[in-house]
Amino acid sequence: MSMKIAQFILILMVSPFLFGVINRTKAFFAGRKGAPLFQLYYDIVKLLRKGAVYSFSTTWVFIAGPMVSLSAIIVASLIIPFAGHPSIISFDGDIILFFYLLGLARFFTCLAALDTGSSFEGMGASREVQFAVFAEPALFVSLAALARLTGKSSLAGIFGSPQIHSWVSYGPLLCLAIAALFILFLAENSRIPVDDPNTHLELTMIHEVMVLDHGGVDFAYILYGAAIKFWILGALLTGIIFKVSPYGWGVDTIIFILLMVLLAVIVGVVESTLARLRLLKVPHFLIVALSLSFVAFIISLR
Amino acid sequence: MNIYVNFLIISVFLINLIMLSSSRIRACIKLMALQGVLVALTPFIIPHSVATGVVIISVINIILKGMVFPWLLLRALQDANIRKEVEPVGGYPFSLLIGVAFLVMSFWLDSRLAYSIQVFSNLAVPVAFATFFTGVFIIVSRTKALTQVIGYLILENGIYFFGSILLSEQPLLVELAVLLDVFVAVFVMGIAIFHINREFDHIETNKLSELKDWIEPQEDI
Repeated sequence: MSMKIAQFILILMVSPFLFGVINRTKAFFAGRKGAPLFQLYYDIVKLLRKGAVYSFSTTWVFIAGPMVSLSAIIVASLIIPFAGHPSIISFDGDIILFFYLLGLARFFTCLAALDTGSSFEGMGASREVQFAVFAEPALFVSLAALARLTGKSSLAGIFGSPQIHSWVSYGPLLCLAIAALFILFLAENSRIPVDDPNTHLELTMIHEVMVLDHGGVDFAYILYGAAIKFWILGALLTGIIFKVSPYGWGVDTIIFILLMVLLAVIVGVVESTLARLRLLKVPHFLIVALSLSFVAFIISLR
Repeated sequence: MNIYVNFLIISVFLINLIMLSSSRIRACIKLMALQGVLVALTPFIIPHSVATGVVIISVINIILKGMVFPWLLLRALQDANIRKEVEPVGGYPFSLLIGVAFLVMSFWLDSRLAYSIQVFSNLAVPVAFATFFTGVFIIVSRTKALTQVIGYLILENGIYFFGSILLSEQPLLVELAVLLDVFVAVFVMGIAIFHINREFDHIETNKLSELKDWIEPQEDI
């Protein structure tokens, strides 16, 4: 149990670091020096010390939004297996709980955005929900393919089973699932090519525009929630690649964190080399992920 | 052994999906060539003995589908001076989902068939069917004549794939005749596209119905 708690605390501590890695990679490609690797920690600490300003037109939903989102994401991080070991919460069918916790986080972010009454934020919420219509089924189906392959219905069961590492027999399925999950990983974390985390032009933003009116502590919650969400969705990807080593928990943990850092570097490379898709093309991109996950699922049925 | 077979089969199917969702004709031609080569390589990686006739047919297939057809089509593309297909009926995302639906349908079809021999992979026949359907769908849904030729060749890829999965040795004469037919068809279609383009400045097939010898007389009131 103490090991599981240690894993949980590691997730909470390490996840903002990955954003620093992404920004460093992008800075390297742009020929800049870049922000410090621990910039997100500084930002969060700075924001936590500030007070929040609430508009008179908002209600309790606006205040609850970031808190509910962050707590839903933290509970989801209790489910996600760490380095092939089960986490604190693990039972049959916890995949469904995992997805609905992410859905709850999204729902409250959108509600808080709508609560401000700003037309821009409403637009952002509308886009977020529109793209989620394509992204969520794809996420469900690709995880269903893996569940079907391994015969387990808990995340820990899926990522701990031998089938997920037998590339010789199930290579095509695993490749398809990884491709679909990577697209969804980029989309759900609002990275390029779906959304640009650095853009500050309201007309093209999706996720950023929804959180424009949050400040201080609330914004710190949002940033921290985004960092943990990046970790838990990334852990779905690295969980497929990672194989438990015979050298014990410590080595596993280090290798797993290095894999996550590698994933962050890959995201940085993708962001540096790709342009953002036109908003009209984003559903097409997500439907590609949906098709790939469906193909993986169909193959898993055989 | 099995992993290469499955990767090859899935690549053949993924090429279908890309073909359904891409508007760039040049990329489609190249992918069609790649699919043709992959399909022609099937007899060598499936576990039964390779006869001389099979080798001959595979080599001819690779030369025709991998080099001659892309060259003919790329030249026709250059002559016609077009680069992109117009949006098909329902849009590209819809055709992509149709492609996946074809796979589901093919699996159902496959489950209804009784084979007299042991098939080496349970994915092979459904993917062959799906390739077949994809070719037909491209022919009916795309409007440029050139893309329709590509659809025809995908259809042929599917049929050849189906044959090379189920038969350890296909009759050499029949296969050669089929290949000759396909070659002549693509050759003639290439020339036809060139002439249509020169006469009418476009190769939109849905506008070809405007070709009429006489105009219907207007009703006088």
